[in-house]
Amino acid sequence: MPVQYYIFLSIALFCIGVMGVLMRRNAIIIFMCIELMLNAVNLLMVAFSKMWADAGRIDAAAAQIFVFFIMVVAAAEVAVGLAIIVMVYRNTHAVDINILNRLKN
Amino acid sequence: MINLVWLVPFLPLLGFLINGLGRRYLSKSQVGIVGSGVILAAFVVSLLIFLEVRQPGFSAQTITLFDFISAGSLHIPFAFQVDQLSALFLLIITGVGSLIHIYSTAYMHDESNESFARYFAYLNLFVFSMLILVLGANYVLMFIGWEGVGLCSYLLIGFWFKNTAYNNAAKKAFVMNRIGDLGFLLGIFLMIVNFNSVTFSHVFGGAKAMGLNNVAVAAIAILLFVGAMGKSAQIPLYTWLPDAMAGPTPVSALIHAATMVTAGIYMVARSNVLYSLVPHIQTVVAIIGLVTALLAASIALKQNDIKKVLAYSTVSQLGYMFLALGVGAYTAAVFHVMTHAFFKALLFLGSGSVIHAMGGEQDIRKMGGLKKYMPTTHWTFLVGCLAIAGIPGLSGFFSKDEILAHTFAANKVMYVLALAGALMTAFYMFRLYYITFSGSFRGTHEQEHHLHESPAAMTIPLVVLALLSILGGYLGLPEVFGVKHLLASYLSPVFAGSAAIATPHHLEHSMEWILMGLSTVLVIVFILIARGRYAKYTDSGKENTGLAKVLENKWYVDELYDAVIVKPLGMLSRFFQDKLERNGIDRLVNGAGRAVTWGSQQARRLQNGQVGFYVFAMVIGIIVLFVIGLLL
Repeated sequence: MPVQYYIFLSIALFCIGVMGVLMRRNAIIIFMCIELMLNAVNLLMVAFSKMWADAGRIDAAAAQIFVFFIMVVAAAEVAVGLAIIVMVYRNTHAVDINILNRLKN
Repeated sequence: MINLVWLVPFLPLLGFLINGLGRRYLSKSQVGIVGSGVILAAFVVSLLIFLEVRQPGFSAQTITLFDFISAGSLHIPFAFQVDQLSALFLLIITGVGSLIHIYSTAYMHDESNESFARYFAYLNLFVFSMLILVLGANYVLMFIGWEGVGLCSYLLIGFWFKNTAYNNAAKKAFVMNRIGDLGFLLGIFLMIVNFNSVTFSHVFGGAKAMGLNNVAVAAIAILLFVGAMGKSAQIPLYTWLPDAMAGPTPVSALIHAATMVTAGIYMVARSNVLYSLVPHIQTVVAIIGLVTALLAASIALKQNDIKKVLAYSTVSQLGYMFLALGVGAYTAAVFHVMTHAFFKALLFLGSGSVIHAMGGEQDIRKMGGLKKYMPTTHWTFLVGCLAIAGIPGLSGFFSKDEILAHTFAANKVMYVLALAGALMTAFYMFRLYYITFSGSFRGTHEQEHHLHESPAAMTIPLVVLALLSILGGYLGLPEVFGVKHLLASYLSPVFAGSAAIATPHHLEHSMEWILMGLSTVLVIVFILIARGRYAKYTDSGKENTGLAKVLENKWYVDELYDAVIVKPLGMLSRFFQDKLERNGIDRLVNGAGRAVTWGSQQARRLQNGQVGFYVFAMVIGIIVLFVIGLLL
C-alpha cells in the first residue's frame, strides 16, 4: 500500500485530535484527544519505518523504537494529568474548563 | 584712584543685594541709609576719579577686570574705560541718583517695609546697570548695562504690581525696548563679522580704515541707532515713555528723565567716529530727532496730567539731543544731557512733591494756586521751567542755544523747525506752571486741607537741583562771551576722532549773538502769551475739538499701533493657539497617549484565564513557527 495513505490517515487523526483539544469543554475528553494526537504520530512513525525497510535502510527499526518512547511518555503524562483533574474536581466539583478561569487579571 | 573705578558700580550692587535679600528684616531707615549711602559713596569715588581725569593731557585708561568671552579669535574682556565722557556721566548718574534716592526715602514712606526695601533694591540695581553701561570699554559690556536698565525700568514701572494697567505699561516699555535691543544686537554681530572685535578702539580703528560711506559701517550705525530709538524714546518707539509714568515719581525722575533715556545719547556720542564716517545716517538721526521733538512738543500742549506733560517734554528734549548728534554737535548733545538731567529731574521731583501734597491727584485741572501752600516747591519748579524754556542765565539756555546754533550752521530749515519746537516747549511748560501754581485752588475741600509743603528730605534735593539748573550752564559758556567753553575743551579728546573726519560747522560770532537774541525774545513772548491764557485758569469743562482733540489724543499713534501691530499679532497668536496648538500638536501628543492605552486594553484580553483560549494560542504559535520554518 503506498505510504501516502498512511500519511493522510495520520494527518486526519492528528487534526481531529487538535480540533478536539480546542473545541471540547470536558477536561477528560481533551485528554482523550491529546492521546489521539499522540497515537496519530505513532501511526506515522510505524508507516515510515515500513517505508524505510522497503527502501533497504538497515536502521528502519529506529522509528519503531521511537514509538515505544512516545507511548511511555504518553502514559506518564496521563498519570499526572488525571491526578490533576481529580484534584481540581475535588475542589470545584466540575471538569468544565470554562469555569476554571481564575488565572485571569 | 582710577584703579578703584570698579568700586563705583560695585557699591550700588552691594546695596541691591543687602536691601533685596534683607527686605523682610530691615527697617525703613536702615534700608534708606543703605540705599542712599551706597550711591553717595559711589558719587564720592566718581568725584575723585573726575578730578584725576580732568587734568589736561589725560588719556583714556582701560581697567580690565577679567576675561569675559574668549571664543576663537574673538576676545571680549570685562573692562572699564575711564575717560572724560564716562567720568562726566558717572558724576551725573551718581550725583542726580543720590539726590533722588534721598528724595525717595520721604516720598515712598507710606509703603510697607518690604515694598520699601524692594523699591530701593531695584533702584540700586538700576544705578549699577547704568554705571556698567557708561563704563564699559566695549559694546558687549555696554549692552549688558543696556539690558539691565531695561529690566529695572520694567520692574520699577510695574512696581505697584497689583494694578493691571501699570503692569501693561511696564510690559509695553519692556517690549519696545527689546525691539530696539534687537537692532543693537544685530549691530554688534555686524561689528564682530567685520572687525572681529567689539572693543571701542578696535571698532573705530577698523571703521576708519574702511573710509567714508562704507556700507557695513552704515549698517552698523543705523542698527545701533535703532537700539537708541527704543531706549531713548524716539519715533517710532516712543509711546512707552508717557505710559511709564505709571511708576513712582522718583523713578520717572531718575530713569525716564535723567539717566536711562540718555543711554542712547551716550552710545551715539561714544560712537561718534562711526557716525561721522557715514554722514547720510547722521542726517537720518537728525531728522528723526527733530520730528520727534516737534511731535512730542505738540502733544504736550494739550495734556492734563502733570507727569504726562513732563514725559512728552522728555521725549521732545531727547529729540533735541539727537538733532545735535545728527548735525555733529557732540559736545552740545552731552551738555544738554547734563543740563536736562538737572532741570528735568527737578521738574519731576517737584511734580512728585505736588502729587504728594494733593494726596495722589495728578490732574492739573484740579490744582491751582499752589504757590501759597508750597513755597519751596513753587520756586524750584519755576526755576526748572525757566531753565527748560531757555531763559538766559540758566543752564538750559546755554545748552539749547548751542544746539540751535549748530543746527543753523548745518541747515536753515531744520533751524526754523527746531526753534518752533523750543517755543512750544516754553509755552507748554509755562502753561503747566501757571495752571498748577497760579490762580485759585480748584480741588475739593479735603484736598485743600491736606495741602502742605513736603518734608526736608524732599525739598532739599529740589533746592540742590535748582541751584545746579542755574549754575550748570557755566560749564558751557559759548565762545562769543569771550571765555573758553569748559565742557568742549574737557571733552575734546573723546570727540577728536569725529572732528578729524568731518570738521564741525563754524558759525560767525555775530550770527550767534543774533540767534541768541532772537530765541530769547521769542521765548519771553511765548511765556507771556501762556501767562495771559493760563494765569487765571478755570476749568471750563468743555471737550476739545478739532486739532486740540487730536493733540490731546496723542495724534492717535497708540490706536494706530494697536490696530496695525497689536491686533494682527493677537489674531496670529490666537490662530496658532487654536488651530495649530490645540488641534494639531495637542491632538498628536494626547493621541499618542490614547493609542498606547487602547493598545494595552486590547493586549489585556489575551489574559482572560480561559484554558481553552491558551491552548488555541499555542496552536496558532506552532503553526506560525512551522510556516516560518518552511519559508526560511
